[in-house]
Amino acid sequence: MSFDILVSSCVAYVLLLFGVAFWADKQAERGRAGWLRSPVVYTLSLSVYCTAWTFYGAVGYAARSGLEFVTIYLGPTLVMIGWWVVLRRLVRIGRTQRITSIADLISSRYGKSNALGVLVTCLAVLGTTPYIALQLQSVTLSLHAFAQSGSAPDPHALRNTALLIAAGLALFTIIFGTRNLDANERHHGVVTAIAVEAVVKLAALMAVGMFVVFVVSGGVGPTLQAIDASPISRWDTGADRWATLIFLSAAAFICLPRMFQVIVVENSDERHLATASWAFPLYLLLISLFVVPIAVAGLSVSPEGSNPDLFVQTVPLAFDRNVLAMLAFLGGFSSATSMVIVAAIAVSTMVSNHVVMPIWLNLRAGRAALSGDVRNVVILSRRLSIAGILLFGYLYFVLSGGGAALAAIGLVSFAGVAQVLPALLGAIFWRGATRVGAAVGLSVGLAVWIWTSFLPSFGEAGILTPEILAHGPFGIALLRPHALFGIEGLDPLVHSVFWSMILNAGSFLAFSLLSAQTPLERLQGNRFVNIFRYSGGTRGWSGGAVEAEDLLMMSQRLLGASDAQALFRAEAQRQGKSGSLPDVTPAFVERLERELAGSVGGATAHAMIAQITGGVSVSVEDMMRVADEAQQILEYSSQLEAKSRELENTAGQLREANEKLVALSFQKDNFLSQVSHELRTPMTSIRSFSEILMDGESMSAADRQKFSQTINGEAVRMTRLLDDLLDLSVLESGQVLLNRQDDMLDAVLDRAFVATGQLGAEATMAIERNGNDERVQLRTDCDRLAQVFINVISNAGQYCDAPEPRLRVRVHEVNGRHVVDFIDNGSGIPEVSQAEMFEKFTRADDHRAGGGAGLGLAICREVMKRLGGEIDYVAGLGGAAFRVTLPDTESAAA
Amino acid sequence: MTETRVLLIEDEPNIIDAIRFILSREGWRVDTSSDGGNALEAVRSRNPDLVILDVMLPNRSGYDILSDMRADEAMRDIPVMMLTARGQQKDKELAERLGVNKFMTKPFSNAEMLANARELVRR
Repeated sequence: MSFDILVSSCVAYVLLLFGVAFWADKQAERGRAGWLRSPVVYTLSLSVYCTAWTFYGAVGYAARSGLEFVTIYLGPTLVMIGWWVVLRRLVRIGRTQRITSIADLISSRYGKSNALGVLVTCLAVLGTTPYIALQLQSVTLSLHAFAQSGSAPDPHALRNTALLIAAGLALFTIIFGTRNLDANERHHGVVTAIAVEAVVKLAALMAVGMFVVFVVSGGVGPTLQAIDASPISRWDTGADRWATLIFLSAAAFICLPRMFQVIVVENSDERHLATASWAFPLYLLLISLFVVPIAVAGLSVSPEGSNPDLFVQTVPLAFDRNVLAMLAFLGGFSSATSMVIVAAIAVSTMVSNHVVMPIWLNLRAGRAALSGDVRNVVILSRRLSIAGILLFGYLYFVLSGGGAALAAIGLVSFAGVAQVLPALLGAIFWRGATRVGAAVGLSVGLAVWIWTSFLPSFGEAGILTPEILAHGPFGIALLRPHALFGIEGLDPLVHSVFWSMILNAGSFLAFSLLSAQTPLERLQGNRFVNIFRYSGGTRGWSGGAVEAEDLLMMSQRLLGASDAQALFRAEAQRQGKSGSLPDVTPAFVERLERELAGSVGGATAHAMIAQITGGVSVSVEDMMRVADEAQQILEYSSQLEAKSRELENTAGQLREANEKLVALSFQKDNFLSQVSHELRTPMTSIRSFSEILMDGESMSAADRQKFSQTINGEAVRMTRLLDDLLDLSVLESGQVLLNRQDDMLDAVLDRAFVATGQLGAEATMAIERNGNDERVQLRTDCDRLAQVFINVISNAGQYCDAPEPRLRVRVHEVNGRHVVDFIDNGSGIPEVSQAEMFEKFTRADDHRAGGGAGLGLAICREVMKRLGGEIDYVAGLGGAAFRVTLPDTESAAA
Repeated sequence: MTETRVLLIEDEPNIIDAIRFILSREGWRVDTSSDGGNALEAVRSRNPDLVILDVMLPNRSGYDILSDMRADEAMRDIPVMMLTARGQQKDKELAERLGVNKFMTKPFSNAEMLANARELVRR
């Protein structure tokens, strides 16, 4: 067959795909996308899992490693059968949160962390690049297998072909993959084209399979015999590798960017999953059914050394079945192109959203972005990303030398993207998973994978020298790429997966437990994990009365019952309905949202309404806005709280000050009234007697003398009272000047006794003193101290009620300080009076004997306070007992 | 004409002297009691024509004594003139509520005090 025919049929096929995609897009635009969204198309689109690797590689894989290739289908089958557990959750989250890619999902879940988005994007690019290279390689090889069957292809020609293919695929993807700005809108054209390709590749493989079974081998029976006889049927895969491969393929089925794209992003109805859960495993069964027969036949009819990866094509060619070989080629071509197209769309969305746009927006920070402007930039960045990804794939193809077996490259990719699995499962099942945990887990997994799988995949001529492979970097044996931490003898793939997943999941768990979540993370975590509680069914705008009632109830809570009801009634009238509940039309919802936005903020209003009208349109951005609003409200209210706390404090201080003032004012009133009382009493005598004297009536000279003396005595008493008051006032205000001097205690006591007249013949009391004890050196204001002594002594003189009054003066030490006790032999002071006798205007009893006005002890207390000593009443020492504690430092100086 | 008897309940000796002097000139007999505690007993036993009552007394206040007098059948009608050094309005109101006949603040004018006493005794 000529190369021209081959190329032109290729071009024709691609044009057909263009046509299908274009037509499907047009149908969708006209709103007739009904059947395009059928579960059949969805199931067929899932077949992007079956790439050229499956188409060509599986046969090669079987020819080399026997039945091990089955594991690649077992993983996805398990995931599909268990769709209820993981896929349903992912699809629901993807729809309600408007997820555009797996990077977007991880980033949204972990508090809209763009760092995580970038990390997953890097992983996706690294994991996808070898895979795209793989597709380029397979198409190129198959093309050249046609052109020059038998002979080895020229490397230069291979490269050129690969470049052309890559360019063509980039063109197709750019045209159909970036038609819509919103990545969340389904790519109907692309998906339909992929469904067509899915049919073509299945048909091609089955056709070749039938040909091999019924023509080459001569029927089912001989085929089975041939298989039994071949070494392929031996199951010699180790359990570890077998389990690892099933795990890897299952993980990759969920985590591969292109799989996430078709399973989650392109899903238009959750129920399609139910159909796909049995239909897709069936597709996998059909596509793998003839792998072994073709491999067995290929091994028997092909010349030694021919590439088993191309058996699907070379076996028909060997029997000169050109049309069949052509079909096989187109099947392989379909597998490769569908994978590349979807992968390019998925990864370019990530690159554009998580890398290019943030950078561009940062560069433009501060300048208002015009919407048209942004739109162009987004589309441009998507297109450039697509071209860039394909260029990467091409470069990898060139660098890797195009030599490694297809299956090996595929597994490297699988192991790479599987690193997202812990963070992904954590995102949807574990509320405690944190951004830090996810970031650390992903980074660790990525690093281990790069070291143990990705870099070694370039072969010994690549980045890792044989030396590093054998002895580790810088001779560190523990870091040998194929024997990390000294674990040797494992299959390199099992080794890489084991370490990367253990370290990834381990650090994810550990750092999640150790780090705290941001409020947005907690919110998103709750929404993701409890997705089925948060998203209702799949109601549209036509929810009817129930929905209107829900909306009314919510509105009442926000607007108040009467306003909300009036709003709804007005709307019902406008719609021409009799009741008070209007139909829930988009126009009404929009109006209601505006009304609510007035009271709770736009984002919250939108989110709340979306909640009721079917959780479809609550995007992460909506939630962000809600969070922002809530944040602002919180900040505002915390400011208010701080303010009100401040005010409360101030009010408290004011209240306290006021209470103090009231108490002071009360004290002042009390004091004034007491002073007035104390002054009025002598004044009364003075006035009465002076009036009597003024009357001029006859009275005895003795009376006249007596009355004059009384007037004089009362005047002296008033003067003394005023002196005491002034003294106390000075003492209390602290303005008293102390005149410190050195003196002996006994001398001070002597002076006090002289002043009170209790010395010698005039004494009314017997005084007991001990001269030796009184030899205490003082340095204080001795006049003031004497004043205190005088007061205490004269009190005893006045109040001691014993028939033979006696006052004992005792000087001793208490707690290392000198005290002077004045103890009389009277009945003492009643307990009730003891507490208050040091207050102003109180007396031990009310018999005032011409003396003080009850200020004496108050003055004593103030004096002792100023001198640094104390005066107390000591109960239980016989009669009345006052203890004067001498100033500390001065007495210590003795 | 029977002798007018006054009971002076007061603890300040000088004031007792002054009032006793003034009232004695009228030919009245002045008995004194200087303790609030047994003042009521003194009123009951002497049944005077007039009680002159200080407010601030040892052991029992003048108000209590007045209150008890007004509650007692035998002493209810004895006129009472109160003297106090606390001349605030609320003191006067309290005394009037308790049934005082005259309320005077210290210091007082002798003439006024005498006039009040005469008026109360005449009644």
